Amino acid sequence: MSVVGKRVARAEGSERVKGAGLFADDYKYFGMLHAAVVRSPLARGEIRKIDFKTIAKIPGVAGILTYKDIPGRNCVPIVIDDQSFLAERYVNYIGEPIAIVVAENRQTARLAAAQAKISIEELPPLLNPLEALNHPKIHLFGNDNIYKHIHIHRGDVKKAFADCDVIIENEYHTPYQEHAYIEPQSMIAIPFPDGSIEIRGSMQCPFYVRKAITTILGLPENKVRVIQCATGGGFGGKEDVPSLLACQVALPAWIFKRPVKLIYDRTEDMMVTSKRHPAYIKYKSGATKDGILRAVEAEYIIDGGAYSTLSAVVLFRGSVHAIGPYKCENVDVHSYAVATNKVPTGAFRGFGSPQILFAVESQMDQLAEKIGMDPVMFRKKNILRVGDTTVTGQKLEYSVGLEETLDKVIEKSGWTPGKSKEDGVGYGISTIYYGVGLGAGGKSMARTGARVLVHADGSVLFSVGTTEIGQGMTTVLSQIVADELGAPLDWISMMPTDTSRVPDSGPTVASRSTTMSGNALKDACIKIKSVLLEEAASMLDCSTGDIIFDEGIVTGGGKTIKLLDVIKSCFAKRLPLSAEGWYITPSTSWDDNTGQGDAYVVYAWASNLAKVKVDKETGEVNLLKIWAAHDVGKAINPALAEGQIEGGTLQGVGYALMEDMTTNADGAIRNPEFSTYIIPTASDQPEIVPIIVEHPFPGGPFGAKGFGEQPLMGVAPAIANAVYDAVKVRIKDLPITPEKVWQGLKNK
Amino acid sequence: MKKKMINFNLNGRKIAVEIEPQLTLLEMLRDRLGVKSPKCGCDRGDCGTCTVMLDGRTVRSCLVLAVEVDGLTVTTLEGIMKDDKLTPIQQAFIDNNSFQCGFCAPGMILSATELLKKNPKPNKEEIQEALSGNLCRCTGYSPIIDAILEFTKGGK
Repeated sequence: MSVVGKRVARAEGSERVKGAGLFADDYKYFGMLHAAVVRSPLARGEIRKIDFKTIAKIPGVAGILTYKDIPGRNCVPIVIDDQSFLAERYVNYIGEPIAIVVAENRQTARLAAAQAKISIEELPPLLNPLEALNHPKIHLFGNDNIYKHIHIHRGDVKKAFADCDVIIENEYHTPYQEHAYIEPQSMIAIPFPDGSIEIRGSMQCPFYVRKAITTILGLPENKVRVIQCATGGGFGGKEDVPSLLACQVALPAWIFKRPVKLIYDRTEDMMVTSKRHPAYIKYKSGATKDGILRAVEAEYIIDGGAYSTLSAVVLFRGSVHAIGPYKCENVDVHSYAVATNKVPTGAFRGFGSPQILFAVESQMDQLAEKIGMDPVMFRKKNILRVGDTTVTGQKLEYSVGLEETLDKVIEKSGWTPGKSKEDGVGYGISTIYYGVGLGAGGKSMARTGARVLVHADGSVLFSVGTTEIGQGMTTVLSQIVADELGAPLDWISMMPTDTSRVPDSGPTVASRSTTMSGNALKDACIKIKSVLLEEAASMLDCSTGDIIFDEGIVTGGGKTIKLLDVIKSCFAKRLPLSAEGWYITPSTSWDDNTGQGDAYVVYAWASNLAKVKVDKETGEVNLLKIWAAHDVGKAINPALAEGQIEGGTLQGVGYALMEDMTTNADGAIRNPEFSTYIIPTASDQPEIVPIIVEHPFPGGPFGAKGFGEQPLMGVAPAIANAVYDAVKVRIKDLPITPEKVWQGLKNK
Repeated sequence: MKKKMINFNLNGRKIAVEIEPQLTLLEMLRDRLGVKSPKCGCDRGDCGTCTVMLDGRTVRSCLVLAVEVDGLTVTTLEGIMKDDKLTPIQQAFIDNNSFQCGFCAPGMILSATELLKKNPKPNKEEIQEALSGNLCRCTGYSPIIDAILEFTKGGK
């Protein structure tokens, strides 16, 4: 009996429901100091004078460090090396790190950091990306303030629009979205007398952290060991930001030769760490009256903040997803990631696609209405199927379950588009897709390692380079290992992810862990299994081809033996039962100037159907129910896959209806607390119907493809379309607050 | 500032500890007494991860000064388990995939425990109301609500 495809309980199990203490802040070390960061109070300026005399005298303060104390390079490497670890002469956003204070306890460190005296001469900041783009005088990045420009071009847009029967043209805006992982950013550095250093903390990408530490301390990779602690949510927010924290603890640990811990205060965390890019979108699309999408012209601008961080790759994903999961032969999309003097934005579940998909799916409904066709029929005429070609010119050869997801949400909801209904109640649909993995935008990192070690008592320990951040990777990979080895699930354990165990396996992002680490583990297990098979064949006196391994039982030649006895026999003969696995993705391709290429190896697909009731007096949107169908290839663990759908969908509901982060006139985040930045609570929880669709991916373990980001991505447009269906008010600016709907009702 | 001696009951044990008057209950539990289940998510009473019980009622331990618990009874998640064995509601959280990262789980379970003590058969709306002060960003809440509903029906 296979455990793949079963709803087994999470590997973490009891220690998490006991609160047993595996998060970074639960660790204490002998002689440990606590760090706090001195930050810029201004959005842009030149540092004139730093005076730490007063705070150095505060009892308990052990020291204050600036860029002058950095033994290696003053840089936090991410994609382009434009971000300093500690500011030298200029500051470019409110909250930019200038110095690190360490003290005997956290309270003292924070108090001292808050009292540091820094004199900065203010320079005029650029806070609006539309003004920053090609600004004639102020140059924050290059000569045009553009971190990245991508152009996707197909066919002849001008000619195609002339042939369209209907054209819809709009501008859309989407705001910041804050990850709001419940565990704040947390990191510890422990220096050792042999000249090595260990980093333990909350993170998605231990290999990014290692690279940052080797850069700032000037150490070789074999002297830096990074171990992931239990991580209390990531969602992209712990992709690149932990590299900054790791530098902020590693430097004082290295200088003072004591362990150093740093936990961001929640307000600090919300003020200075990455968020989803605000976006400004101009979108024009046209169709013929028989319902064929003929032309798309779009301009997509994202606000990258003060440093480039991940903006270039965020823009890549957003651009590839810029026309949605449709066939269209005439496309002209220009997208730009722009520098401003605000907090650097970065990775967040969906990675540049939720913004543009809000526009894409709002447009689709408006085109359908203008043609006089129902929105489901209009989509059916245009969606991608096996054999079709995507906007980037990629031919889809397998695993395209979009139509089935659409059919499933319609079937489960019993909704008939256009049918007369209760007053103020509306339904809205969205169909989307998601390029799985890093794709051509992160090709060089598209590899993973794994190690599997079978012990003499049958217990199995495996290591991978991707991380468990709540998504359930440990459980899913354990299921894969159990099935590959034919061992019972309870024999399998995973080591905490540790850079000393496996080669650089790239980041835990882009919904890549199941496919990448799953395939690497499969590679390792096949090597071990071949040894076990040979031994079992000699024990059973039959050929290896006749042998079946199943949850600890081995059968062949009409006989049955225990897997444990085969393992013991291997150990008695001193045969190796450990192996390394390695996996690289098949080739992808991309051209920034034409936007053409095989952008991703495989795509996940989804349809969302939202049912809302709008209060016509107040404009309040009550989300009654949402059906979310996702083609995941193969659900290794359907319970965990449904967990991803439910959790991601609710984050999408927050993005659609309530999460509204903005900046003050000085460029500071206006609402950096849970009391002012409102995320969904248990009381806001709508009924979510998760639906799993499985169109296997031939290159994935057991047919699986990644999809963890996708549940968030199409929720906002489905709700916007439902609001329109209910009260004929079209909201083009997220979130869909009662004020905006009420204004729309009033203006009708 | 002058330290103060306080006496209180923690998970059935008598505790006498000398503390600074500005110390919060959360800081005392975690940093002085090594109790790890209450977590610090916001330090301003918004998120609920630091939930503990004070004389049987849930409080945000980041909003309570340690000196205030002098003479009172503090129960953390560690204290609701007997011999480190899972309570049925904890087991229901495991069975229903009710946590992902697990950071909010201790506070969530204590709020659920308090609700079930006051109201053994809550409906969905009552559960939502009781948990609305405990933020979770991973699960979307429905597996948590399901775990409590299942528990009220006597388990799987």
